[in-house]
Amino acid sequence: MFDPNDGFLYVIVAIVIAFVILQSVVFLVKAWKRGIAIGMSRATLKKTVMSSAVFTVAPAVAILLGVIALSKALGFPLPWLRLSVIGALTYETTAAATAAGALGATLSEKITDPEIFAAIAWVMTVGIVPGLILVPLLGKKIEGGLSKLKSRDEKWGDLFMTSLFLGMISAFLGVVFADIRQGLTGWIPVFVMLAAAVLMLICGAARKIFRARWIEDYALPISMLGGMALSIPITNLVQSLV
Amino acid sequence: MEKKAKQERSYRDSVHASGRIWSLGALLMLLAVPAAICLYYNAWPPVSGVLRGCLGVVPIFWTVGTIEVITYVPMLGTGGSYLGFVTGNLTNLKVPCALNAMEAAGVEAGSEEGEVISTIAIATSAIVTTVIIAAGVLLLAQIRPFLESALMQPAFDNILPALFGGLAVVYVSKNWKIALVPLVFMVALFVLAPGLAGSVGVLVPVGALIAIGVARILYRRGIL
Repeated sequence: MFDPNDGFLYVIVAIVIAFVILQSVVFLVKAWKRGIAIGMSRATLKKTVMSSAVFTVAPAVAILLGVIALSKALGFPLPWLRLSVIGALTYETTAAATAAGALGATLSEKITDPEIFAAIAWVMTVGIVPGLILVPLLGKKIEGGLSKLKSRDEKWGDLFMTSLFLGMISAFLGVVFADIRQGLTGWIPVFVMLAAAVLMLICGAARKIFRARWIEDYALPISMLGGMALSIPITNLVQSLV
Repeated sequence: MEKKAKQERSYRDSVHASGRIWSLGALLMLLAVPAAICLYYNAWPPVSGVLRGCLGVVPIFWTVGTIEVITYVPMLGTGGSYLGFVTGNLTNLKVPCALNAMEAAGVEAGSEEGEVISTIAIATSAIVTTVIIAAGVLLLAQIRPFLESALMQPAFDNILPALFGGLAVVYVSKNWKIALVPLVFMVALFVLAPGLAGSVGVLVPVGALIAIGVARILYRRGIL
């Protein structure tokens, strides 16, 4: 019988993951050298590596949870590949479930039919193709457009970039409010967001008071992890009230 | 000055060249995975089934994928984009990571310094993610009870609010005049239509367009 945890699958998945890690290392070295060449300090670059690594931990653990959830039906290798390379936590589960559904299977039990497994692997792969094709195709054009915008009016160029960020942040902040009509429990994400925001403000104040630059580098991981930790008492409190 | 601009262009060109090769390589390798599964297990699913599955996935995912390219390429820069779109998990990890790193280093997205910092942040994040997932899968028996305990559930359910709460303070406080209108719009939209929460990826450019429109009007009137 087909086993979605078969050794062969681990081997091919390991090869692809190794390829992507190699690309990350190559780009990291290239950017590092370029940074030094244009006069950026080693300390700044090092700090970027450290604070990015720390920031990554919590979201990566959330991704690991996604791998575990999908592993019940698909074994470890395939979800491991799809979530650590290209995939995104939010899409993969939907993609796998849609593919399984189309073939009359469900993800509630282990897939032991190699044909269904192969079909799910195909569908999950086809779904993420655009990013890989469009960046090489459009990347340069988008960049050219932006640099034209900047050279025409530098200040507007900066405002344009800031507006892009704010558009993204406002969409995700909006989602936080999606469940508030469900009553007090629906407000939990809002309270967590506010808790994280307060922690960020405290980090900002602490940085000024103690003149500690390092706080700024780790302010986002501190506020995110703090917000996640506070979500536990917040959830318990809200549930005791309703 | 001109020499510097020329060097910057040639650096970006070399990133484009190698980025294209790596993206193509990644694409081929990814397609090779299901192909290898078919060959090795001699398992050939009915084409109609695969097509039906694709039909359920492609309309939404390709739209979101295209939108993501247009929105995130300007933010992440050249190297960051090639790497980010190969390594994935953009909104929940790579984009906030790169934004935060650029903010902390005091460099602008779109500048060459921003390009360097964004690429380093995304590469580091990709490597750390892979290590954590690999360690997690290997140590699963030990950590599973902790990760899946009822106690920890709220923490993982609320990772995005915790992330964007902090980011909002950094960006909204500095640019509240631009942020106000898209924020109110998005909150109202999601309160009125909570079902849209699943397609937030499609709404990111809507928010961006509103913010850009507001910024343009305020800028023209000399308020910004």
